[in-house]
Amino acid sequence: MSSDSSAAPPPARAPFRLPLHWLGAVPFAIFVLLFLIMPTMRIVVGAFQTPEGSFTLENIRGLFTTSILSAYWISIKISIASALLGCLIGFSVASAAVLGGLPKWIRGPLLTFSGVASNFAGVPLAFAFLATLGPVGLITVFLKSQLGIDLRALGFNILSFWGLTITYLFFQIPLMILIITPALDGLKREWREAAQILGATNAQYWRLVAFPILLPSFLGTLALLFANAFGAVATAIALTGSSLSIVPILLFAQIRGDVLGNPHLGYALAFGMIVVTGIANTIYIWLRARSERWLK
Amino acid sequence: MKKFWAWGALIFGLLYFILPLIGMTNFSLKMRRGVYSLDAYAVVLGDPRFQQTFTYSILMALATIVFGVLLVVPTAYWVRLKLPGLRPYIEFVTLLPLVIPAIVIVFGYIRLYNTSSWLPLTGSITGTNILLMFGYATLALPYMYRSVDTGLRSIDIATLTEAAQSLGAGWTTILAKIILPNVLVAVLSGAFLTFAIVIGEFTMAALLNRPAFGPYMQLLGANRAYEPAALAVMSFALTWGCLGLIQLVSRFQKGAQSAT
Repeated sequence: MSSDSSAAPPPARAPFRLPLHWLGAVPFAIFVLLFLIMPTMRIVVGAFQTPEGSFTLENIRGLFTTSILSAYWISIKISIASALLGCLIGFSVASAAVLGGLPKWIRGPLLTFSGVASNFAGVPLAFAFLATLGPVGLITVFLKSQLGIDLRALGFNILSFWGLTITYLFFQIPLMILIITPALDGLKREWREAAQILGATNAQYWRLVAFPILLPSFLGTLALLFANAFGAVATAIALTGSSLSIVPILLFAQIRGDVLGNPHLGYALAFGMIVVTGIANTIYIWLRARSERWLK
Repeated sequence: MKKFWAWGALIFGLLYFILPLIGMTNFSLKMRRGVYSLDAYAVVLGDPRFQQTFTYSILMALATIVFGVLLVVPTAYWVRLKLPGLRPYIEFVTLLPLVIPAIVIVFGYIRLYNTSSWLPLTGSITGTNILLMFGYATLALPYMYRSVDTGLRSIDIATLTEAAQSLGAGWTTILAKIILPNVLVAVLSGAFLTFAIVIGEFTMAALLNRPAFGPYMQLLGANRAYEPAALAVMSFALTWGCLGLIQLVSRFQKGAQSAT
């Protein structure tokens, strides 16, 4: 495919130079069209079609049933909880490393480790948490045998809302650290000094200077983490099997075996996912553009 | 006081990440009752399905990397050289795989390329393998493109191209002998990240019914106790290795630059 792009440009010795520059981008365009745009469009179009191919809103209406709505609701709750906690904890750790007066050498390893941990998602991550917080996991057993705390009796179950949220945090926190550290670096020392000279207290500096500057990156990352959790399939399936009804698991089962009994309802389900992650990412892109104005 | 809180936050973060790692390592060693042993690892490594699926995923990762490099390097080069106006659009498109969940993309593949469609890729094993590779290339596109594009920014491609052309080089020669070696570190970073993504990928492989490592791990996790923990340890080591190699090659480049 790519050899086309080297063959496509007009020969250098040709007497006439047709405007054929754009041909170099054609292989890429074809690939993206065939394997990204068209499959997505197929889903979007299918969401508004009857099995016979005529236009309908019936599929979208079909989403507003109790079971599907509750699946979306649980998914959104898990995504919001893991994004919020991920942002807060990630921010605390990053600001501890950047501004908290910790030794300088901590930064490098922290960022490297965050890079690894944010990529350690999917099936193995679920195994790691099952071995730690599952019924016979390290922490569960330790708390029970050493401290007499029975997590299960307290109502904690790894195959639940909080179990999934805690597991997702393993890749959410490092992602926050990776994204917010450059923003914290961008807080110039001059700003703090200027604020202090004008008589601002530490709290005032944070409330009136640093916080407004960091807010767009903070909210933007929140949107990104939300989309990240919302689209996660593998971790959820490996962790819960199909016991927790969240949207990605429902869609997975629907693609495998049409559990909803209507193929076009599956399109609508997928379309709903695109809408949710699309909104979250639009917020992210818009806010990032705003935050970059300050952090140049 | 400030330092106290800073250390507190850092230690909390560290515990959060280290405890699951200790948990899975500890669990993976406990297969034999009462003593620590490597039994779980021996069982996993000796499982023929492990060997098959792992080999399959490695081959898929390599194919994806080769395809991704052949697709991304010429495009990113050409766009920077001749079509700078297209850059924002291409950048937007390459970010789309982060927005559209993988499960939606593969759902589209299944509907678009089924046996009764105009391009029946899912009708044969080879076709499905190719489709899966394209899917992986799509998932890796944001990382690959960004990495290569950043690499190209740091070299003067216009001058290099003119110099090569004036010496009589054709486009293939320019790309293979001038551009690629100059962005090799960026390409390698993208390649290692692609490898880390592809090797354990679950959703696409499972829904296209290919015998990849991700679905194998999930299946084992549903049926066994200790072996999954051993797999998790190995996967973590693999991810760590890939990311470590990225650090290594980029440090190597920095060293080479400061030496010249």
